[in-house]
Amino acid sequence: MADTPIPLEVQNIKKRFGDTEVLKGLSLQAHKGDVITLIGASGSGKSTFLRCMNLLEQPNEGELFVHGEQIRFKETRHGREPADWKQVVNMRARLSMVFQSFNLWAHMTLLENVIEAPIHVLGKPKQAAIEHARALLERVGLAERADYYPAQLSGGQQQRGAIARALAMDPEVMLFDEPTSALDPELVGDVLKVMRDLAEEGRTMIVVTHEMAFARDVSTQVIYLHQGQVEEAGPPAEVLGNPKSERLKQFLAPKH
Amino acid sequence: MIDLHGYGPRLAEGALITIELAVLSLILAVILGLLTASAKMSRSWLLHRLGTLYTTIIRGVPDLVLMMLLFFGGQIGINMFTDWLYARFDIDIFINVNEFVAGVVTIGLIFGAYMGETFRGAFLAVDSGQIEAGRAYGMSHWLVFRRIRFPQMMRHALPGLSNNWMVLLKTTALVSVIGLSDMVRVAAEASKATREPFTFMIIVAAIYLLIASVSEWGFARMQKRYDIGYGEAD
Repeated sequence: MADTPIPLEVQNIKKRFGDTEVLKGLSLQAHKGDVITLIGASGSGKSTFLRCMNLLEQPNEGELFVHGEQIRFKETRHGREPADWKQVVNMRARLSMVFQSFNLWAHMTLLENVIEAPIHVLGKPKQAAIEHARALLERVGLAERADYYPAQLSGGQQQRGAIARALAMDPEVMLFDEPTSALDPELVGDVLKVMRDLAEEGRTMIVVTHEMAFARDVSTQVIYLHQGQVEEAGPPAEVLGNPKSERLKQFLAPKH
Repeated sequence: MIDLHGYGPRLAEGALITIELAVLSLILAVILGLLTASAKMSRSWLLHRLGTLYTTIIRGVPDLVLMMLLFFGGQIGINMFTDWLYARFDIDIFINVNEFVAGVVTIGLIFGAYMGETFRGAFLAVDSGQIEAGRAYGMSHWLVFRRIRFPQMMRHALPGLSNNWMVLLKTTALVSVIGLSDMVRVAAEASKATREPFTFMIIVAAIYLLIASVSEWGFARMQKRYDIGYGEAD
C-alpha cells in the first residue's frame, strides 16, 4: 500500500451555502478497489460531498489528494478557489463522474460522447478512442446504439452510455451521483448490474445512492450522513445489518 | 426588357457593396455580440456594467442618428486627435474616415448590441448539466466553450440571429446618407436622372428580396445542422 498512492483522499471538507453549513468536516479515503457508498436522507449533503471531490463545488475548507497529489487552493474575493486550474483539469481527468440526469452531450451521438474527452482531454488518437469506445458500448449492451443521439435512447440506455463515457477515461476513481434516481423502476436493474460488474472487477467507486441492496451487497464501506456529518460508517454488514444510531434505524426501516 | 438607361453596371456594383457591407457588419456584430454576452454574464461588476451601458445606448438611439454621429462625429474626433499629435509631437498625419469602414463599424456596433442579447439568452438556455459534464471530464473552460457551449447555444441563437441578419441587411440602406454608393443610392440617383423611380426601386426591392431568400434558405440549413440530436418535438 505504501508504494502506490491512494487514488482519492479528502480531509475535513466543509461547505457553506450562505450562512448554512451543509458539510461539517467530512473525510474519506478511497483505496484501490474500494466501493464506498454514501447514504442519507435528501439534504444530508451526500451529493454535495461527492461534488466537492471533483471540485464541481468548491469546499470552503478542507484538503483533497488525488493520486497522492495535493490540490492547491488560494483565497480570492469570491472565496476559496483552486490556485491552479490546470491541476484541477488533470485531477478531474483521473476521476470520472456519472450524473443523476445522465448529462450525455445532446448534440453528439453516443459514440461521439464516449470518445470526446479521451480525444480532447487525454489526447488519445481518434482510431484508438473509437475502438475502445465500441468495446465499452458492447460491454454495457449498447453496441448497436452507437450512432443514436441521447434523445433517441431510454433513460436506462442513456445512463449505461454515460457509464461507458466514464470508463473511456480509464479513471482511477468513478464517482456516481444517484445514478438510478431519475430512472423508471424497470430500468434501474440494468444500470445496477453494470455497476455491480464494475465493482467486481475491482474498480474504485464512490456511490451516492438510495439503493440499499446495492450498498449492502457491493460496497466495502458505507457512510451514513446526517446534516453534513458522518453519523455512522463502516462495513455494510455493520452499518446496515446492525445500525447503532436511532436515526439510521429509522432511515433503514421499511417505508409504508 | 427593362431599360436601365446604362445604370446596370453601377447598380450591380452598388448591390455588391450592399452585400459586402452587410456580411462584414454581420461578422463584426457577431464578434461584438459574443463579447457583450460574455461581459454581461461575467461576474466582474465592471464588465457587466460596460455591457449593459453599451446595449442600453445602442438600443435607445435611432440607427440613423448613430450612423451620422459616428461618421461625422468620428471624423471630428479623429481630427482633434491628429491636431493634438501635431501640436504636441510634431507628427503630421491625416486620417480620413472612409465611408465604407464607417458603415461597417456603425452597423456592426448597432447589431452587436442586439446580437449580444440574442447570444446571452441562448447561452442561458443551455442546460447547465451539459456544461458540468464537460468540466467533470477535465475539459478546460475554452474546450467546454468550443465543444459544448457554443454548438448547443447556436441552436437557440439561430432564430434570433437570422432575424437580426434580415434587419441588418435592410439597415445597410441607411449608409447612403453618409455618401456610400450602395445600391439604394445608385437607384436614387438613377431615378432622379431618368425620372423613372419605379423601374429602379422595384429592381432594388427585388435584389433585397433575393438576398433575403437565399439567406433564409442558408439559415434553415444551419438550423437543421444545429438541431441534430434534438427530437422534432423539442
